[in-house]
Amino acid sequence: MKSETKTVQTLFRSDAMQRIMAFGALIVLAVGFSLASPYFRTFDNFVGILLATAVNGVLGLGVTFVIITAGIDLSVGTVLTFAAVMTGVFITNWHLPIPLGILGGVLAGALAGWINGVVISRMKIPPFIATLGMLYATKGLSLVISELKPIYFNDTPAFREMAMGSILGKIIPGFEIPNAVLIMFGAAIIAHLILSRTILGRYTFALGSNEEATRLSGVNVAGWKTAVYSLCGLFSGLGGVLMAARLNSAQPALGAGYELDAIAAVVIGGTSLSGGEGSILGTIIGAFIISTLTNGLRILSVPQEWQMVVTGAIVVLAVYLDILRRRRS
Amino acid sequence: MDNLSSASKNQELLLRMEGISKSFPGVQALNDCRFELCAGEVHALVGENGAGKSTLMKILGGIYHKDAGHIYLEGKEVEIHSPHMAQHLGVSIVHQELNLMPHLTAAQNIFIGREPRAKIPFVVDDKTTNQEAERLFHLLNLKLDPTIRVADLTVAKQQMVEIAKALSFNAKILVMDEPTAALTDTEIEELFGVIKQLRKNGVGIIHISHRLEELKLISDRVTVMRDGKYIDTKRTQEVTIDQIISMMVGRTIYETAPELPEKPSEDIALEVRNLNRGKALRDVSFQLKRGEILGFAGLIGAGRTEVARAIFGADGFDSGEIYVKGRKVHINTPGDAVMHGIGYLSEDRKRYGLTLGMDVKENVAMAAMKKFLNWLGWVDFKKATTRGQEMVKALNIKTPNLEQKVQFLSGGNQQKVVIGKWLTADTEILIFDEPTRGIDVGAKSEIYKLLNDLVHQGKSIIMISSELPEVLRMSHRVVVMCEGRVTGILNAGEATQESIMKFATMRSEALLATAQ
Repeated sequence: MKSETKTVQTLFRSDAMQRIMAFGALIVLAVGFSLASPYFRTFDNFVGILLATAVNGVLGLGVTFVIITAGIDLSVGTVLTFAAVMTGVFITNWHLPIPLGILGGVLAGALAGWINGVVISRMKIPPFIATLGMLYATKGLSLVISELKPIYFNDTPAFREMAMGSILGKIIPGFEIPNAVLIMFGAAIIAHLILSRTILGRYTFALGSNEEATRLSGVNVAGWKTAVYSLCGLFSGLGGVLMAARLNSAQPALGAGYELDAIAAVVIGGTSLSGGEGSILGTIIGAFIISTLTNGLRILSVPQEWQMVVTGAIVVLAVYLDILRRRRS
Repeated sequence: MDNLSSASKNQELLLRMEGISKSFPGVQALNDCRFELCAGEVHALVGENGAGKSTLMKILGGIYHKDAGHIYLEGKEVEIHSPHMAQHLGVSIVHQELNLMPHLTAAQNIFIGREPRAKIPFVVDDKTTNQEAERLFHLLNLKLDPTIRVADLTVAKQQMVEIAKALSFNAKILVMDEPTAALTDTEIEELFGVIKQLRKNGVGIIHISHRLEELKLISDRVTVMRDGKYIDTKRTQEVTIDQIISMMVGRTIYETAPELPEKPSEDIALEVRNLNRGKALRDVSFQLKRGEILGFAGLIGAGRTEVARAIFGADGFDSGEIYVKGRKVHINTPGDAVMHGIGYLSEDRKRYGLTLGMDVKENVAMAAMKKFLNWLGWVDFKKATTRGQEMVKALNIKTPNLEQKVQFLSGGNQQKVVIGKWLTADTEILIFDEPTRGIDVGAKSEIYKLLNDLVHQGKSIIMISSELPEVLRMSHRVVVMCEGRVTGILNAGEATQESIMKFATMRSEALLATAQ
């Protein structure tokens, strides 16, 4: 009896409630669009939504960690571009083996994240400024390195296959879900385990909850913060590789603005911008809400400009609901 | 308690600090200070704000570095470079402002930085973490769920978590910086139970407090500091509170409030009817007369601050009515409250009462800026300066000049600046939330005198306080709250500490039933 009451209380108080609400909203969206348009409920469209979620979802994973520490990373979109271009350099220009090229791309992202972390934690530059700097730097570097031209992966079809092929489709015929989607879910599970089970996860929450107390507890705050931003960069790198594989090319001008989608997904998923609270599951749900919304509105022939307006309203509404919920408890 | 006086006799000397000096830019914070502590001893460290107690303890805790002097732990000289190192040497500090991570559980907080690990690298072993926390709570005779989020605990319980954390380092020396400042009497008793338990285990405890009465109850010896200097160390049994106070302030004063202000008039300045807000406030009704000090007593979390914030328009409320001088008013924002002549002096001056980075005259003008604007809408600094000077003089604010940023003033003087701010705004009704918290003895009696002067001038005051002697001495009537309800309103004559506590713990049956 007692534990039951406690569980119910915990449910209502904690950010679990936000996730439940977000999930409910996702279901409502999906059902609504399905009723509105027969095309929405086709398998192809379902795959389209999954695929559209993959890159933003992966980006959101890293951003979740950063926002839980009460930080922000504005550079994930252009770090993604940078990682994609580097992957192109490694695979197409340098003819490195594909796995090495992928690893290089992911690590390029992690390196950018590491620099963010060092600038923030050692030089004490506010995350907003540090990552804004990184946004410009990686945007410029991508253009310089690629000489303003897309790098294509035409000689290495296996690279595209890695993300766009479907292992699932081979196992279950007709169920052609691209690998990129599986990679996103795999990355999400790993991110979830890191966040909930490891010391990195524990310190991520501790930093966001009370950084000074964490420091006074003898935790190497600068080191772990750097690790969080590096991890965020690493996920951006993975996002870049997926993006390059999906487009079969590294587009040096693509990626700007992705950070906003990623932050929106994280916030819709119930992660608090003031730090200390958040979850990977919420972020994934948030990413799906954004892509479902975009997809559904497009099918209903709502112009792209209006899709943005709606997304903006949803982000603010999600945060407002969260504030209402907190005030009540 | 009976064997307190013998506690430090012939006991192992744990700590000796000698010739400790420390200066900050422009201030000599410590000058040739010393301190010693035996195993199983509770050693009180007292002094007015700014006497250097916290600085001395921060040096012991590795947060500050001393400029000169020696520290000996169990006879060996040590250099304490970091908080981490202090912990390893067995020194733990429970800071005044609790150093916890509210979003983490009690167990996670205790073991932050040294989580028990599972076999897989980097993975935390939560089961062991919780078991170990449980074991620590057991040692302290505490009933606490290690998996509960710290944000959901009372301040008192949070403090217990801090103590359990300190204990988990196998602390030999535990420093408690004003541990009772935010606690109610029952909670203090619980804390003292824990302290006695620790002392039995041979832990040396350094206890910093402004509540001198409680030092008599718990400490073996008392060391007094003043203006960054060591004054004296006495066996607690051998000195009176008055003697301690005179050592602290360097002159003989008495920690007594002025005479109870004369009887208020029968005019009602403020009436609150059936105020409700969720679970925090339930049907709160009371009247405040003109020229009255109405004390609000109750345990932490009883809803006293919530009442104040609701009246002040800081939080809003679900239902209820507020009347000022018999007229019904609608207060939705603090601005409305100020317009109706209500001022609120928060318990947390630094966060809600002052703009720390601004100077004295700007803070004084803050709540009534309109009065200081010239025809262009610019601030008339001459006017503000004049007003600032008046307030500095009237309230005896100790500040080098009006351009001093208030963050550099002592607690008592900051409180006076806040009072000056509301006086400037011409508020008739003043709500003081813990007006003397963290303020030293000398400044306390000045604040009491001020309250007295204010009601003489016809202002009406609501005074929320967790110190019962203060409530009893300074109120005409006392409103007692428990769990969001007003459980009793007592006249000064009939109120005693016992009667107030009876009402303060009057929980409703229905609430008890749901809690179980």
